[in-house]
Amino acid sequence: MELCSFLTLDSFITDPLTHDFMRKALFMSSLVAAVCGFLSSYLTLKGWALMGDAVSHSVMPGVVVAYALGLPFSLGAFIFGVGSVALIGFIKQKSRVKEDTVIGLVFTGFFALGIVLVSKIKSNIDLHSILFGSPLGISLSDVNQTIFISLLVVILLSIFRKDLMLYCFDPRHAKTVGINVFFLHYLLLTCLSLAAVVGLQSVGIILVVAMLITPGATAYLLTDKFDNMTIISVLSAIISSLIGIYISFWFDLETGGSIVLVQTFIFLFAFLFAPRYGIFKLKKLFAGYK
Amino acid sequence: MEKINYQNFRIDAENICVDYNGKVALYDANLRLKPGQICGLVGMNGAGKTTFFNALTGFVNISKGKIRINGESVRSAQKDQTIAYVPQNEGIDSQFPISVWDVVMMGRYGSMNIFRCPRESDVQAVKDAIERVDLTDHLSTPIGNLSGGQRKRTFLARAIAQRASILLLDEPFSGVDIRTEKLISELFIQFKNEGKTILLSTHDMIHVREFCDLVLLINKTVVAYGETSEVFTPENITTTFGGISPDFLFGPES
Repeated sequence: MELCSFLTLDSFITDPLTHDFMRKALFMSSLVAAVCGFLSSYLTLKGWALMGDAVSHSVMPGVVVAYALGLPFSLGAFIFGVGSVALIGFIKQKSRVKEDTVIGLVFTGFFALGIVLVSKIKSNIDLHSILFGSPLGISLSDVNQTIFISLLVVILLSIFRKDLMLYCFDPRHAKTVGINVFFLHYLLLTCLSLAAVVGLQSVGIILVVAMLITPGATAYLLTDKFDNMTIISVLSAIISSLIGIYISFWFDLETGGSIVLVQTFIFLFAFLFAPRYGIFKLKKLFAGYK
Repeated sequence: MEKINYQNFRIDAENICVDYNGKVALYDANLRLKPGQICGLVGMNGAGKTTFFNALTGFVNISKGKIRINGESVRSAQKDQTIAYVPQNEGIDSQFPISVWDVVMMGRYGSMNIFRCPRESDVQAVKDAIERVDLTDHLSTPIGNLSGGQRKRTFLARAIAQRASILLLDEPFSGVDIRTEKLISELFIQFKNEGKTILLSTHDMIHVREFCDLVLLINKTVVAYGETSEVFTPENITTTFGGISPDFLFGPES
């Protein structure tokens, strides 16, 4: 791209939109970001960051096998995602090994299996695009599948929004008043697996966990209201994706990495300047103007 | 001999055992409580107090024995919102982004529709409950900004809003201010008059003497159970606390 063309902000934004693949990438990444951002509030509050990392890595062999068999990749991802959590639970219960060790052990095992399968199974799977994402090259069937999964996750989270909040906050109370905690646990896990599989198209399997925890962590620093946290989380995820894609377009950088870096910068900004919980507490600085 | 009518018991736990992956946390425990009774649950850390609560709420499954709540199963007690659990302050995430109003509203979730949309009656129940614990000025305060006592009152309000007939309270007096302690003890008297049944765990021996009609001393199983005046003896307390002398427990600090 000609360097002079983004000297004006207008062309910086509009030029990429003339490309069909960029419009698609921006749309899909925003959708994926919204889904991951929504879920992110729950994962950060539940303390499931490591679980998110585990599930997102564990879906790898599922995606590969599904591609090889011609099945929807979401199905494979779902089976391996939930399977990994079941395995983690089983090993933890039946052995004396500590939980974080078991989590690390299981997801790296699954991930390694995925890498080995990619190298063995003859197919047109591009290891690079799975590992690092390829929002600029999403095929049409993936688009439909991604939209379907995204809507499904958003609808599920919307319906059970309050129950999931209660489950994260006080599962014992939920159980005491007859709310099905077992169902909510697996609902959250299911949404996590599905979000991981849509997220990996955007930023790749290695960085998808950032999509699942960074927006929530950013929002957590900015508000004391759960609903606001969800909104901020979703917005910061979408904005990061849009900015990240633009940056990667103009400076020819890896897209997934760019998106996650923008998210990280937004988090750092909140970490430093959040009104109440930031290091510099902007509220205090402006207190004199009230 | 008087014929026992099981319907009369709010809580009827018979020979219950709980184990976590083969490790026994509680065995052969019995407890019978009637409406309007306040029972203290006393034992060391790890003696099975929380496990006992968890068994009654159905949060853990019992491996042996039987629990009847108002003559019915724990499952149907959950459906009927019969039991409210008030956690100890350490048991909750105080940094969770949620307000006093939201927490108390959670007491109504079990009787709402699937979207948990509050009806007029739910809003009223929450308002009344918050008023009873004297937190009306803090409706939208995030729980992270509350004092320990205010937080405890928030969870009590949740139990009130739930309109439960059985209250399980885990260390209700730990880490609270004098004002909250006074308010809680006043509420206990009101609850008793309303016919609610209360089971509370405590480390404070004075509170047991003050509030509890009955006391249940446990150390993995029931050491002693009965009227506080009869059962709460130095000998029984010593046994419960694994041989530590009650002089030590009743020292100047308590």
